[in-house]
Amino acid sequence: MTEFLQLVLAGLATGAIYALAAIGFTLVWQTSQTINFAQGEFVMLPAILVLALVRFAGWPLPAAIAAAALLFVVIFGFGFKRIVVDPMIRHGVLPLAIATMALAILMREGAKDGFSAEAQAFPSLVPTGAVTLFGASLSLRDLSILAVACLAVLALHLFLGHTRTGRMMQATAQNPDVARILGVPVERMILLTFAINAALAVVASLLVSPIYLAKFSNGETIGLAAFIAAIVGGFNQVRGALVGGLLVGLVDNLSAAYVSASYRTAVPLALLVMVILLKPEGLLGRREERAV
Amino acid sequence: MRTGWIAALALTASIGAARAQAPAQGEPIKLIGVVELSGAGATAGTNWRNGIDLAVEHVNAKGGILGRPIQILHYDTQTNPGTTRAAVQRAIDEGTYAVLGPVFSGPIAASMQIAQRAEVAQLVGGEAAGLTKQGNAFLFRTSLSQADAMPKLASYLKEQVKAASVAVVWVNNDFGKGGRDVMIPELQKRGIKVAADVSTEQGQADFAADVIKVKNSGAEAVFVYLNEEESARFLRAAKQAGLDKPLIGETTLLGAKVIELAGEAANGVRGHVGLSVDAPVPAFQTFGKAYEAKFGVKPDHNGLKGYMAVHAIKAATQRMGKVDRKGLAAALHGATVTPTDEPGILIETTWDKNGDIDRESFLAEVQNGRQVITQTLPKLGR
Repeated sequence: MTEFLQLVLAGLATGAIYALAAIGFTLVWQTSQTINFAQGEFVMLPAILVLALVRFAGWPLPAAIAAAALLFVVIFGFGFKRIVVDPMIRHGVLPLAIATMALAILMREGAKDGFSAEAQAFPSLVPTGAVTLFGASLSLRDLSILAVACLAVLALHLFLGHTRTGRMMQATAQNPDVARILGVPVERMILLTFAINAALAVVASLLVSPIYLAKFSNGETIGLAAFIAAIVGGFNQVRGALVGGLLVGLVDNLSAAYVSASYRTAVPLALLVMVILLKPEGLLGRREERAV
Repeated sequence: MRTGWIAALALTASIGAARAQAPAQGEPIKLIGVVELSGAGATAGTNWRNGIDLAVEHVNAKGGILGRPIQILHYDTQTNPGTTRAAVQRAIDEGTYAVLGPVFSGPIAASMQIAQRAEVAQLVGGEAAGLTKQGNAFLFRTSLSQADAMPKLASYLKEQVKAASVAVVWVNNDFGKGGRDVMIPELQKRGIKVAADVSTEQGQADFAADVIKVKNSGAEAVFVYLNEEESARFLRAAKQAGLDKPLIGETTLLGAKVIELAGEAANGVRGHVGLSVDAPVPAFQTFGKAYEAKFGVKPDHNGLKGYMAVHAIKAATQRMGKVDRKGLAAALHGATVTPTDEPGILIETTWDKNGDIDRESFLAEVQNGRQVITQTLPKLGR
């Protein structure tokens, strides 16, 4: 029982990181019908930027984190929207999806050639060690990751539901034409969504890099897990992405322990297939009808 | 130890004298490295490549091989067996004198037949026991085989760690499975119970579940046999979970890069290392300083292996007295190269008829972020 409890907590902590990336998928999809296949690389890159500022500019870690976060939100929030999404979206979802795949390769290879192909140590920003609860030794890091991710999601939830800007963003997501008629600055709201996506990616990057080590290829694992999480939870619901992320993390960890490490990536995919067959809109998603 | 100092002096003198000596002239001897410069093996491959580059610089500055300079090229295998095969074929087609690499056992197993068919010597960094049991007369190790290293570790677990039960954590590739398959019978032969047999994947990022399994297995010690990056991730996860049993491993658990990546989590780790710049061999330390001066980081065992591979080729070629691609393998079989013959070999090394290597090795422990050698083990003297 204690082993199961430990595995559940570790799975939820991993899942919380997936959830942050998955929420980015859903936010960007809802406001601009964009599937960002570079989402995993969005989580990989901020940690690399931090280390680059520490190594090449000699900045202290806190300053490097602040500067990298700001730089990332500007380039991969606003810049991504203006340079990649805006010119491509008018040609449809598929060309844009391919453009984001190209962006993923560019980010991956850029991090490899511009920084390092080797994994790099990244300092943990959350407490280390373990506490004993109900006879089970629980990792403080896992508890902290879960807490930080939940706080980030709660803050996002409060922002979307309880602020004027948040409600305008929701209106934009639900029906941009009507929102525009009602005076909502739709373009600015979409831009803000991309900035929030980039900010969530920074948080996920700072949480995951001490575990995975900072490496150019990290985005492949995280991107796939987050994409599965977003579909399982519901691509059009932020809370769905949260549930999907936690579920994928849980399934991943439990299958590694009780099935086999070799099949740990296959089990979440099996879950994805089941959800698509039984509830295509995702566990918490809502059905959407579109005119074609 | 005295010969070690002589080798270090010779190496230092040769590095210094190299500047004053006329550089090599004549038609270059082409050497091509087939290396894991990206993918899961990037850490090992980068060290291997850097060691080779440093050796080439030293050899060329000292007059090259038989007066001819070495021209070095590296092809990235991306730690992919298919890409490795293509890279080995390309290296041979482009006229490499010998193939240097790869380092990971899986890509070696996938590509070694190509060099064998072309009758070109291939010096590799892999440790999987099965590599040199396939009758390939052109394959040469630069590190000890698992078949030689695992009995030493099993004895260490029995006699010094005094563990009655051990959890075995291994990576499911040729290197890890080969080590696991040799280690478990060695443990059982010594009456040590295998409390958990935990398979992990190459490139695995999250080891939380594996550490929890190990922790709850009741094992008195843990034998960790993963590649470098995964070793560091495992150590970090073990520290997070409060795993307080002795963590024992091979060179891939105690290397400089693992210590750098794992940070404090590496402290207390113990095991057997084939090569280390922290070993009480002055020539290793001289090499370590030259490497650090050039690349800005401390080398791990793969850096030493790459450096020694180039010098092994140099020593064998000079013994032949001619640059003979097909003859190189024959010259290496049964050869013992001492630092007196060739300072760049750093430590007396013997290759047997299978291409397996024999030389001194070491027991080590990580203390305060440094690898400390606790004992020197003699050559097996096969």
